[in-house]
Amino acid sequence: MKVMTIVQAITDALDIKLAEDNNVIVYGEDVGVEGGVFRVTEGLQKKYGTARVFDSPLAESAIAGTAVGMAAAGLRPVVEMQFCGFVYPSFNQLISHVSRLHNRSRGKYKMAMVIRFPYGGGINALEHHSESMEALYAHIPGLKVVIPSTPYDAKGLLISAIESDDPIIFMEPKRIYRAIKQEVPEEKFSIPIGVAKILSTGTDLTVIAYGAMIREVQKAMIKAKEANLSVELIDLRTIYPIDRDTIAKSVKKTGRALIVTEEPTSFGTASELVSIINEEAFLYLEAPPKKLAGFDTIVPLPQGESHYIISPEKIFYEIERLMKF
Amino acid sequence: MIEFFKEYPPLENKIFQVIDNHGKVINNKWMPEFSDEVIVKAYKDMLFARTADLMAVSYQRQGRMYTYPPNLGQEAISGAAGMIIREDDWLVPAFRELGLYLAKGATMTDVFLNFMGNEHGTAFKTAKNTLPMSIPIASQLIHATGIGYAIKYKNEDQVVFAFVGDGGTSEGDFHEAVNFAGVWKVPVIFIVQNNQYAISVPFKVQTASVNIAVKSFAYGIPGIKVDGNDIFAMYQVLKAAHENARQGNGPVLIEALTYRKGAHTTSDDPTKYRKTDEEEVWSKTDPVNRLKYYLISKNLWKEEDEPKLLLQYKKEIDRQFEEAEKLCLYNVDDVFDYMYVDMPEDLKNQKMEYKKFLTWKEAQK
Repeated sequence: MKVMTIVQAITDALDIKLAEDNNVIVYGEDVGVEGGVFRVTEGLQKKYGTARVFDSPLAESAIAGTAVGMAAAGLRPVVEMQFCGFVYPSFNQLISHVSRLHNRSRGKYKMAMVIRFPYGGGINALEHHSESMEALYAHIPGLKVVIPSTPYDAKGLLISAIESDDPIIFMEPKRIYRAIKQEVPEEKFSIPIGVAKILSTGTDLTVIAYGAMIREVQKAMIKAKEANLSVELIDLRTIYPIDRDTIAKSVKKTGRALIVTEEPTSFGTASELVSIINEEAFLYLEAPPKKLAGFDTIVPLPQGESHYIISPEKIFYEIERLMKF
Repeated sequence: MIEFFKEYPPLENKIFQVIDNHGKVINNKWMPEFSDEVIVKAYKDMLFARTADLMAVSYQRQGRMYTYPPNLGQEAISGAAGMIIREDDWLVPAFRELGLYLAKGATMTDVFLNFMGNEHGTAFKTAKNTLPMSIPIASQLIHATGIGYAIKYKNEDQVVFAFVGDGGTSEGDFHEAVNFAGVWKVPVIFIVQNNQYAISVPFKVQTASVNIAVKSFAYGIPGIKVDGNDIFAMYQVLKAAHENARQGNGPVLIEALTYRKGAHTTSDDPTKYRKTDEEEVWSKTDPVNRLKYYLISKNLWKEEDEPKLLLQYKKEIDRQFEEAEKLCLYNVDDVFDYMYVDMPEDLKNQKMEYKKFLTWKEAQK
């Protein structure tokens, strides 16, 4: 075991896969010499050479699109997009090819690749650096979307993602990149994609969250405990495929559900979760499932960001309201 | 070999040609040396592709196939590429390279199946290292660069043939693909079929550049403008580019000047945007006729042999079309089974629920 941050756990996963499989290559903007703007790929170019870990020219469509070609030719590219807000130029590739070439070629070409990037607010960044648009990716048939919330999960899930024969969007909660430290096994291990994790068991209310929101919910849960409330916390870990069974089982037990995400409220992952709860646990509900997400606005610049951000206070406020319904 | 590109500088808008419109050799220096069999076979392959293409339009008109993009007038480009491309080389097509799909081992049955709307045809399963046609314009060029990287990374000897049209050169993906390929020095031949129109929009609306080949300079790679209706010129340029790539010298950009004699697709009507006198001028450059004139002048071909051959081709193409019609039955599982290698539970449930509905529907009868 070794104490790691999320950044270190991701570096470790990349390191293990680069060492193990010559078909794995890592590239993107600034990932080579600099080791990425968040230092996620630090030291990897030195260890594996410039053919396997390198800086690409600055063009997101080509970063995603060249990965399509590489995957068709049998490689397993792991590419980095520098920030969540810079992925959009690659959408034509994501929607038209990354997600579809396996289907279009009737399985002749597998799109085994990982597209990873930091997402989410709370770091006082410029515009385009704070958004949480996982629903955009989860809505594209052919993709799978993974978001870890701990160093342990980050390592295990990234190893699964790199080994997956389906293309994986791997979103990293940059707000907690270094905020959480945890003991993580040094050897290789993997966590299956599509399986949520119950972080705390409880009987009064289910909270479903993922990524950086987990820590905020856990802070709110201290207050909830003081108020004598028993909260069950589910870390979704994979946005798509979504773990319907874990959600259903929990909400059937508690009868109340609060969904906490950083994304705009409408048409998002939280909305999908409400739909699943209604389909699976309708007759068990004591209150309508509640979405606590960002506004249908862009994430405000740092002076206004605190209004948008999902704070432990907001979460506790909604927990109380749900209990009083 | 690539040195000869310099004799035809794109900046001066020079165009590389070997034969004239009457099939007469006008550039002896660069006339390739073929055995009679090789060049006659190339002509027959072009003729087969043209026949299949005309029949595809006719099947579409009969309502037996959906929208189809005709290749008429552009056969020398795929014809020449087909003479050079090897089994292991990669083909990254746009959607107007019929002769080349066949040269790579695709069947007309699969081509028809594709345009009947069945993905089993789209896959070109019998053609090794061939991507499906790509409909979003120029997006496929980036895949070619990625494949090129994989070839170089694995230290293999393959070359990628990547296609786009003149309109596609206005897309950002064209720029990104050629730029990345130049930086990475990967074995990719970018071939622009400049057929003068992007659906209805004429070439002069696409760029202020004197031509497309000149854009190669911006990416630090060789480029040449070539008469795409001259199979000998196309052959020389592609052969040089192929050798250049195999020697590790990276990509080239080839602008193949041609003319789309037909409509953009069977849903398009060119009379709305172009004049017949323009079509008449270009029809004198027809690539199949030019090669035929050459062959006749060398006593390698007789006009009177052709009807018999065409009849034989039509029979074969009809046979493959009927085979495609038989294969066209759609299995419900095919809607679902290829979206993922590891299918999500939600999708499995959607498939199961849909089948329940089908059972219910059947029971209503």
